[in-house]
Amino acid sequence: MAHAPEAHAGEAHAHAEEAFIWKYVFSKNHRIIGIQYYITAMVMALVAGLLAMLIRLQLAWPARDWAFLAKIFPMGYDAGGGFGVMRPEFYAMLFTMHGTIMVFFVLSTAPVSGFGNLLIPLQSGARDMAFPFLNGLSYWTFLVGCVVILTSFFVGAGAAAGGWTAYPPLSALKGAVPGSETGQTFWIVGMVFFIAAFTMGGLNFVTTIINLRTKGLSPLRMPMTLWAMFLVAVLGLLAFPALIAACIMLIFDRHFGTSFFLPTGLVLNNAPMLGPDGKFLHQGGSPLLWQHLFWFLGHPEVYILMLPALGFTSDILTNFARKPLFGYKSMVGAMCAIGGLSFIVWGHHMFVSGMNPYLAMAFAVGTILIAVPSAVKVFNWLATLRGARIRFNTPMLWAMGVVSLFISGGLSGVWLAQSAPDIQLHDTMFVAAHFHLIMAGAALFGVFGATSYWFPKMFGRMMNDTLGKAHFWFTFIAYYCTFFPMHYIGIAGHLRRIYDPYQYEFLKPLQPINEFITISALVLGVSQILFFINFFWSAFAGKKAGENPWEANGLEWTTASPPPHGNWPGAIPAVHRWPYEYANPDFPKDHVMQTEPLTAAEQQEKAAEGPSRHEH
Amino acid sequence: MSTEVLKKSPAPALDRGGPGGRGPGGQDDDGREGPELFYDPARFGLWLFLGTLTMMFIGFTSAYMVRRLAPDWIQLRPPGLLWANTAALLLSSGTLEVARRRLRGWNVAGVGPWLRATGALGALFLAGQLAAWRVLVSRGYFVGSSPHNSFFYLLSGVHGVHLVVGLIWFGVVLVKARRLAYTPGQDGLGMFATYWHFLTGLWVYLLLLFFVF
Repeated sequence: MAHAPEAHAGEAHAHAEEAFIWKYVFSKNHRIIGIQYYITAMVMALVAGLLAMLIRLQLAWPARDWAFLAKIFPMGYDAGGGFGVMRPEFYAMLFTMHGTIMVFFVLSTAPVSGFGNLLIPLQSGARDMAFPFLNGLSYWTFLVGCVVILTSFFVGAGAAAGGWTAYPPLSALKGAVPGSETGQTFWIVGMVFFIAAFTMGGLNFVTTIINLRTKGLSPLRMPMTLWAMFLVAVLGLLAFPALIAACIMLIFDRHFGTSFFLPTGLVLNNAPMLGPDGKFLHQGGSPLLWQHLFWFLGHPEVYILMLPALGFTSDILTNFARKPLFGYKSMVGAMCAIGGLSFIVWGHHMFVSGMNPYLAMAFAVGTILIAVPSAVKVFNWLATLRGARIRFNTPMLWAMGVVSLFISGGLSGVWLAQSAPDIQLHDTMFVAAHFHLIMAGAALFGVFGATSYWFPKMFGRMMNDTLGKAHFWFTFIAYYCTFFPMHYIGIAGHLRRIYDPYQYEFLKPLQPINEFITISALVLGVSQILFFINFFWSAFAGKKAGENPWEANGLEWTTASPPPHGNWPGAIPAVHRWPYEYANPDFPKDHVMQTEPLTAAEQQEKAAEGPSRHEH
Repeated sequence: MSTEVLKKSPAPALDRGGPGGRGPGGQDDDGREGPELFYDPARFGLWLFLGTLTMMFIGFTSAYMVRRLAPDWIQLRPPGLLWANTAALLLSSGTLEVARRRLRGWNVAGVGPWLRATGALGALFLAGQLAAWRVLVSRGYFVGSSPHNSFFYLLSGVHGVHLVVGLIWFGVVLVKARRLAYTPGQDGLGMFATYWHFLTGLWVYLLLLFFVF
């Protein structure tokens, strides 16, 4: 909460004497909680990335004997007699958990919960989040979710195996596949914890941004990152409850014998599922109902991943181009439009579910409409870059990487948005290529960019630029080599989520491409070691950063790196202009901080012309 | 969340005035008012939370509407006890409102009895709901035996869980009222009342959904 400056100074002193456990473990400070979220997401990314490597090994060389892997994962490989061939059910667990962990526990967590907590109070000029206790509770709830999800591999017959979308009946019948047993229960419980944590965070985000902004920070002076965080939190608060409702109903179907999602006439292991009275145990439920509820969350969820990356990119691009952001208001409008449209397009995930073609057309039109605000964003970024004298530091490379992935992934999105091509491409590697480029890739690159850019505000030090650049180029090239060929094999008919593609004659010629993808993926995975080294080395031994190492304008750069408890030692600075005041010829420096009062000339101009660009 | 929220004084002590302070009265240098405090953060957060609860019940409602179209739908006959429970819950909202007005009207001594009545009626409602479940079970209406039963147990259960949270919050409110922690003349019970009335309204909505529409 906000305090009077004098009262705050006393409080900061009291906090300095707090025990380590209250300061860094059960902390209520937004920066510490942000870092806790970030590092936990890193650990989860490591796990989910390793799962991806196992998936890729299987797709390139499905019959290969991996004796050493069988020793590490005894539950996943047929280890007896020197055989180390992956079990099909283990493969299903791998892609399920890879998707679940990456989407929710990594790419929703690192940018939103990690950087949201770090940046929202700093960029809006607040002492902390609106509800610091709730914020701390949110992290620990999230951590319980992580533990539940990770332990699911080691309980019963293994982790959930019904895909990250957990479609019934596979997810609703305990006996359907090994992963449908305890693993699926753990999946649901883990998700409920995650959603509870995300909701607590979202309440904090929206309340802080609406209520605790500093003097002068009107909505149209907010940095794009702050706008993105606001929209993401609103999206999460509105969309996740639908999944909570669906998860509760799924638990009822699994454990209390209801039939919300289970239709009549189910046959399990060649035996009809009959009750003691000779009638079907489950009757009349609708598996499609789950899909509607899931995707009502699922589509806003992909923008929960994307929007922070778009916000980071706008902030970073302008800084390293040393130019004002082109079309600020249209950028804000585009983000709001993307967020709004995300609620009415979920049906495009269900074009093959047998929906009425007219309904499919409505969903298709809504989806294609998203291309308009997306194109506005790309146009504005390119216009910002036009004629700029760019500083090519690590954050800028990542931001340009986001722009690149946003374009290449967005183009395939226009294909998939229409029901006719989607019915052909549905559930192929083309879809895997599309969402890895745009949703996963852009979000991941955004997080890397934000990490190198705001690292001073996390640890007070700079990341190593050379190591960062090397990490970028390895990742960028390996990323495209991994996911771009998937378009081709997808069009050629390669299904996603398939244990052994070469059981089909027509997919056999694709094996060399799969081998190439796998080698690229391994390079991609190994390249991340550079990041881990850079991150932890720089956190302890990197070059000390000043208040404003990037010569940026935002409020977060007006305080020390890292910011003290309460963020500003004295009074919270007031804001007088937008955060993109670069290259203003009226000023000696090429950037003007948000806190810089208007000059006499500017005030005159404003009085004469009404709202000018300083009014933003 | 509830206890944390309650620790805040009813009139939040926000940075008002002072150097760099924000809020009403602070004039920006360029002659424009700084952004007004939109709302008390705690109350605002509570309304947001009620918004997410609403979205969850919209999710349940849409599932209900879809599932109702299946041929195996058998309408559940409500046990008469349900109407008594509803009356208890509506009454509890009424008594809470009286207690709230007494506090706002400087009548501190008048707050206690009405507050205790609220909690008692809330507990009575919960006990009545459990009894209604038992009546249904004794009639052979189990959770899995028809989709309408399933939805009834599910939604009344989810509502009941939130009411349990409400009763825990009520316990905190009662202790605070005993210690005279609420300033007379102010709306210290407002947040708790918002949550409690929301649950009453939600229950009325669920009844309409189950047995009228």
